Amino acid sequence: MTQPDNFGFGEEAALLKDSARKFFADNFTTDKLHRMVASDHRPERISACAWDRDLWQQMVKLGWASLAVPESAGGLAMPLAAVAGLAEELGRAAFPCPLLGSLNATYVLSACGSDGEAALTEIAEGLTATLAITNAEGSWGLADTGVDSTGGRLNGTAYFVQDARKVDRLLVSARTTKGLSLYWVATDAAGVTITPDAIVDLTRDQAHVIFENVQAQAVSNNGVAALSDAMPAIWTLLAADITGAAEWQLQATVEYAGTRQQFEHSLGFFQAVKHPLVDVMIQIDQCKSLVYNAACAFDTQPQRAAEFAHMAKGSASECAAFASSRSVQSHGGIGFTWECFIHLYFKRQKHSQLLWGDAAWHRAQLANIIIGTAA
Amino acid sequence: MSENARQDSSEQAEFRHYCRQWLASHKPEEPSVRLPLSPLEIMTEEQLSYLQGWQRSAYDAGLVGCDYPVAVGGGGRTDCQRIANDEMIAARTPFMPNVIGLGMAAPTVFHHAQEALKERLLPRLFSGEDIWCQGFSEPGAGSDLASVQTFAERKGDKWIINGHKVWTSLAHFAEWMILLLRTDRSHKYDGLSYFVVPIRAALGQGVTVQPLIKITGETGFNEVIFENLEVDDGYRLDELGKGWQVAMTTLLHERGAGELQTPRSGGMKSKATHSTNTANLIELARVTSRNGKPAADDPLIRDRIMQLVIREAGLGQNQRRARVSALQDHPARLLLQNKLLASEIAQAIGATAMEVEGASASLYLGDDNAPAGGQWPMAYMNSYGMTIAAGTSEVQRNILGERVLGLAKSK
Repeated sequence: MTQPDNFGFGEEAALLKDSARKFFADNFTTDKLHRMVASDHRPERISACAWDRDLWQQMVKLGWASLAVPESAGGLAMPLAAVAGLAEELGRAAFPCPLLGSLNATYVLSACGSDGEAALTEIAEGLTATLAITNAEGSWGLADTGVDSTGGRLNGTAYFVQDARKVDRLLVSARTTKGLSLYWVATDAAGVTITPDAIVDLTRDQAHVIFENVQAQAVSNNGVAALSDAMPAIWTLLAADITGAAEWQLQATVEYAGTRQQFEHSLGFFQAVKHPLVDVMIQIDQCKSLVYNAACAFDTQPQRAAEFAHMAKGSASECAAFASSRSVQSHGGIGFTWECFIHLYFKRQKHSQLLWGDAAWHRAQLANIIIGTAA
Repeated sequence: MSENARQDSSEQAEFRHYCRQWLASHKPEEPSVRLPLSPLEIMTEEQLSYLQGWQRSAYDAGLVGCDYPVAVGGGGRTDCQRIANDEMIAARTPFMPNVIGLGMAAPTVFHHAQEALKERLLPRLFSGEDIWCQGFSEPGAGSDLASVQTFAERKGDKWIINGHKVWTSLAHFAEWMILLLRTDRSHKYDGLSYFVVPIRAALGQGVTVQPLIKITGETGFNEVIFENLEVDDGYRLDELGKGWQVAMTTLLHERGAGELQTPRSGGMKSKATHSTNTANLIELARVTSRNGKPAADDPLIRDRIMQLVIREAGLGQNQRRARVSALQDHPARLLLQNKLLASEIAQAIGATAMEVEGASASLYLGDDNAPAGGQWPMAYMNSYGMTIAAGTSEVQRNILGERVLGLAKSK
């Protein structure tokens, strides 16, 4: 199959993206975000998990949490190209919530066949979820879990679990005697302990989750296959989030460069400031174009979905790093302070840059696809 | 190309079908002469006449000037040039020689000339019969284009032109030149006017064309000297003193951001032609040995190449996204990046290819042992033409920073 020229980004997708942008602009200013998440500046602070549950419930009512759920499970079955538009706006607002986690779980469950159906119905009904599939090393190899399953009981620890304290369900990968299986586990199930990590990013929470003899029902006994099918969507959505956040960083920095005066000129007059900001814009556009290409491939050209998603997240990780670096540097002294909002996005982007594979990791995977595995 | 076909209007679908059929039986034979990398490096009459033959037949078949009105020699179609381009590129036809005419002179003449002049000039431009060149840069006016000093002095209904233009690609073959000059020395921008000038007819009578040798050793561009050349006022485009605005039309199209699609063909596979893209770079890395293994197995080289693959794919997807208005916040933001990105990516691909070749990158066209016939060092050196011409990369970044981001104008 080949892709439609317009990325499959139709009227419905445009409407969703516009309404998401308006929703966040109306309800969640950066000022509000800062008051919510940045009250404790101490480097030794424990992550607070501060978020606006009421606003999240409004998002659930709008159907955003179940956008990607298949119709058979009661969802809206929107294409990834449309969902990516929402993720871009979420990134622009840096809104702390379990949207990406729930979408990620949705894509994995959708690849689990009929065994995933019941869990998908829960998401369609408004329950939230996140992936618990990473080991202590933070390896992105799909079989590298820190959890074992014996006799239907889970033991071990899943690390780097995103927004764990905001969700109702965990999608856990665990080693079995036969390979890798996936489990759908309630966060309040007996034997589950969520231990918050103290993290740099103020717009997320993260935890490691300990499983002690947790009884669980498998949703897939071919976990690697299901994860492989879903990962292109997961990389693409995070890349879309990065794109939106980077655009916020660019616009905030451009505004500052237009007002701040030094040597009788605004900062933007000087090419030492202007040209790097143009390069940030160029990276954002590259990333955004590759995001919608990857999303469209996931929807219509699955044989190339992984290849294009590696391009998108490979590009996005570079974009996150560069836009963040330039946003602080171009703000000068004020950009180095806690009071300037720039740091919220700087930290979110550094987190996103490394999550689900950094740029070099994605390029290495891409090389294996395009050139072939090295001898 | 079938992904594009799915979005076609009925006119476009019918036209695409027609182009495909015509090309199936009319694609020209491989030439007997070595073709240059691009139209800007055409050096001999033999090369030119082969390429002119192709442009003529494509024009006669209706594949050139598709979206221009019939009255000026066009096809009178709507948004069909890109359909013809898709199909010509897919068919791997040769490129067209009249590249400055098609890409820059035609839209400028179309938007700014009197009707009778359009009707006279454009058909012969589209057919490739009249080759065009561009007289913009001068020894003292490069990035600061508005400081051109070539001067036209009024004498009745004639103008007497004196001055010196440089980097004039194709001038040695050109019948016509688009010429930016000064008619008033007291105003920098408002003192500029714009003419079309029949330079071939005036060779030796006020016009001298001399080759400039490029960094690669190739010829292909020139300097053009005007000494008391007499030109009719009828060859002036738009009003006196509006030259800068007319030049903006030219530059917009030169940078790929104009609304009239430039006819494009190319992709003919020939041992003498060689594209600066990552597919060729990967091929080079596969066949180049490094420490007894293919260079394509070296993790650092793989990473470098993938960075370029991503940039190249990003540019392609930018061009696709530029046609989806719901995925853009600013209309010119993507289009104004085209030339900057294409030129910088090509340069980086050339540089990486030379590193992949290692010591063998020292071998040039005349050496039988040169990998890929020495084309990579040549492509790398030629890439500086692209990052300098049509507004340097630095000027492009100023334009993007000022027009798109709204930052203060730099000096």
